Parts: sequence; C-alpha cells; structure tokens
Amino acid sequence: MLNKLNKALNPKEWDLVIVDQDETHYYQPGFLFLPFGIYQKEDVEKPKINFFPKNARFIVSGIEQIVPDENKVLLENGEALEYTFLIIATGTEIRPDEIEGLNGDLWHKKIFDFYTIEGALALANFFQTWEGGKLVLNIAEMPIKCPVAPLEFLFLADDYFKKRNMRDKVDITLVTPLDAAFTKPIAAHELGNFMQEKGINIVTDFSIGRVENEENKIISWDEQEVEFDLLVSVPTNMGIEAIARSNMGDELNFIPTNKHTLQSDGWENVFVIGDATNLSSSKAGSVAHFQADILFDNLLSAIDGKPLEASFDGHANCFIESGDGKGLLIDFNYETEPLPGKFPIPGVGPFSLLKESRMNHLGKMGFRWFYWNMLIKGKNLPMDPHMTMTGKYVPETEHA
Amino acid sequence: MESLTADLNTLSLDKDGHLANREDWSIDLAQQLAYTCEVGELNDRHWEVINFIRAEFENTGDTPPIRRLTKQSGVSIKELYQLFPKGPAKKMAKIAGLPKPKGCI
Repeated sequence: MLNKLNKALNPKEWDLVIVDQDETHYYQPGFLFLPFGIYQKEDVEKPKINFFPKNARFIVSGIEQIVPDENKVLLENGEALEYTFLIIATGTEIRPDEIEGLNGDLWHKKIFDFYTIEGALALANFFQTWEGGKLVLNIAEMPIKCPVAPLEFLFLADDYFKKRNMRDKVDITLVTPLDAAFTKPIAAHELGNFMQEKGINIVTDFSIGRVENEENKIISWDEQEVEFDLLVSVPTNMGIEAIARSNMGDELNFIPTNKHTLQSDGWENVFVIGDATNLSSSKAGSVAHFQADILFDNLLSAIDGKPLEASFDGHANCFIESGDGKGLLIDFNYETEPLPGKFPIPGVGPFSLLKESRMNHLGKMGFRWFYWNMLIKGKNLPMDPHMTMTGKYVPETEHA
Repeated sequence: MESLTADLNTLSLDKDGHLANREDWSIDLAQQLAYTCEVGELNDRHWEVINFIRAEFENTGDTPPIRRLTKQSGVSIKELYQLFPKGPAKKMAKIAGLPKPKGCI
C-alpha cells in the first residue's frame, strides 16, 4: 500500500508514515518449508527498509493504542501520531496461551507451531533426530491464517518421511474442529481423498480443551483424547492485543470491516486490510494482495470525497503443496467455493485447479521470486483482483 | 385448539437439516428438536443459551461463534459441552431454529 500510495499522492500535500514493530520482513508462506529443510532461514527474511519508498517515514515501534475518535496512534516508544487516514494491517498472531497446557513444559520440545519463524526452525531441528511415532497435527479453532497450510504440512511430512525411509515408523493424524479436512465441500472431498491415499488419518469435530503434558495427550471439551509423540499445533489465531486495548476489535481482536469497501465499520477514515479484518474471506496473503487494489481505489475516492465504488469479492488464490514435487491450486471468493478447471487461461492453464500437477508445484516455488521482486514493491501482476468463473466447472456429483 | 406440536416430518429443512423457515420455530418445537439431537430435556441453562443466540441472530444476522457466546453470556465452554454434547455450535443453532453457523475459511 505504501508503495502504491507513494506514487499516487502529491508529497507536498501528504506525509506517509509507516509504523512496524519489526525491522525484518518474513516471507510467511515459506515457513511451511522450514521444518523439512526445503527452505533455510535466510530464504524467508529480508530487511523491511529495502522495500519502503525513501520519502516515507519508517518508525520501528509497537503500537500502544489507537484512539480513532481523536485520529491518533500512540506508540510504544512514547510518540503520538495524528492521522488524516489510517490503514490498519496488524495481522493475526498465534496464541498458544489460549489453550490450557499448550505452551507448558513440552512447548518447542515435543509441541511445535510452524506459523512463527522460531517454531518452524525448532521443528526442523527436532525432525533431524526424531525416530518416529505418533505425529498429531491439531487445529485449535477457526479461523486460522492460511487454512490449507495444515494440509500442506501433512502432505509434505508424508513425503519427507518416505524419503527418509521411515514412513512406516510415523503415524500421521489430523485432528480438526471441522467436520472434514477443509471447510468448503468440493475441495474438502478432493483433499480428503488425498489424505486417504497417503495414509493420513483424520479425527473430526474435535475442539481442543487442554493439553496433558505429562501424559502426552490432547483432550477435547467433551473429553475425547488423542495421544501424541509429536504435536504440531495450529493454536488459536487472534488480532494483536493493541486492537483490544483500543476497543476496536471483536472477541478475537479482529476489526469489524465492510466486506466490500474495506472501510472499518466504526470510522470513515480508517481502512483495514488482510488478516486484521473480521471478514469471512481467507486469512491469506493472496487475499491481502487482492484487497490492496480495492483499498487503494477506495482510499483515493475517500480522499476526494467521492463514494467508495471499488468492491472486494473475497477473492483468494492458493497453491497447495501436495508433496513429491507436485501441487494443487484453488481459486475462490465469498460466493463461489473452490472448483476444478484451468487457471488463469480457461482450458489451457498452465495451472490446474483442484488437481495435482507438477506445474502447480513450480508455481508455488516460483511465487517466492514474484513476492520479493513484484508484490512487496507494489508492482502489478497481470491478474484481476476479482475472481472469474471462466475456466471453472461445477462437478456433477454433489458432495455432502 | 389444535396441537402446537408440529410434525417434524412435515417441516421444511435446509441442506444442513436446520429449519428452512424461522417462522416455523416454537418453544415446543425446540424441545422436540432437542430430543432428536440427543440433548434431551431442555432446562433453564439451555434456554439461556438458546435465547442468547436467537437475540444475537436478530442483531447480527448470524449465529454467534462459541467464543463470543461464552464471553458475553456467562456460560463456560465446559458447560456448553455438557449442555449440548458433541458439537454445541451446530446443535444450539439447530434447536434455536437458526441456520448452521457460517464457517470461516
């Protein structure tokens, strides 16, 4: 957004200020590959300063509180900023402290996350010497960032242990609060088949209540138990605490936002993008990218006092690694669930929707280059932010 | 007066097995639905939950997530699972005559 706005706004009229608590930018889609040694730490981090326009002011500080009624942001470094317009992009973070016993004695010893750089690297280290046993992947509760990542993790784990000739020593189980492998029926069916082919077990309708560290068990609210030797956890996802301190969020600190205009429900001069919103679109990088085009148009309209006409449709587009150098691709929005077909050119591809192919895997691996060199610099990709139905079809058999 | 007890077989349901028309809902029907999904006799605590989510639905157009419910209604998650065993989110909505909560992805 900063790079887009820097080009569009007259520097004599506008001061652009960006506040970030971290000087390092992480390529978060790459965290998935760290535990399996496919990427190393240096592949996923770069200094943020490389990507910011020179005439924007970059402040490294956490946020103490936003006071939207006074158009102010109070920073942890003591500074108070006033704003004409505010874009909130504070994202989501994992909260292992929300589940009793999750970040207890076994945290980062036998229980790991892979949504932080620390967790993913600690798990990589653990895998080096692990001799096998019960690998349980548990999703604590929805919504989570990148809902396909847990499935990708399982597919990559299956492949990883096969290549190390120890797949027969590892029992892999997904334990999910959902009633299937995924939320959307057609994709859930396809992905469920995949899991079956790979011998990955699934326990559904499991809402975790606590972790028994001494007995190596996770226990649901209705007292179902699952034992583990290694627990890979996707803990509760929440917006940052500063949003709660500012009284701007819902029960998970996500900010109520207009699903089409991306203006906050509470304040006309506050816009929200990405995981920080309470929208029902996926919490995924592709969503934030598509939202950026919409938000940019609407922010310029707001500046000019015009109606906000650009409308976000919930578009998401995710590559799904399926192991063994292959991958799937899904493309969907608020209204339309992921469907099979070809993408982006109907009938041609080169990517296949909801179907495993080598090209999809190459797309995922190639995406890192686009990310560092195009997306983050605010350059446009030849891709419409709105989803299109061309090239897609609805399978004849309805899946329950 | 005709019996208020509706015949469950004649009710129109949506694809998830929840009431298709919210006007069909009644206190008697809620009790019948509770029997069919193994919740049994509804007590005051069940009714607190049902009334809460019906009011929330009126205000927001959606069944509240369990987190909001427990935060605002004073019923703990533990108790919710005792009241509506095995999947309280869906069962509460079904008994309250509301659609299945929208899943976030």
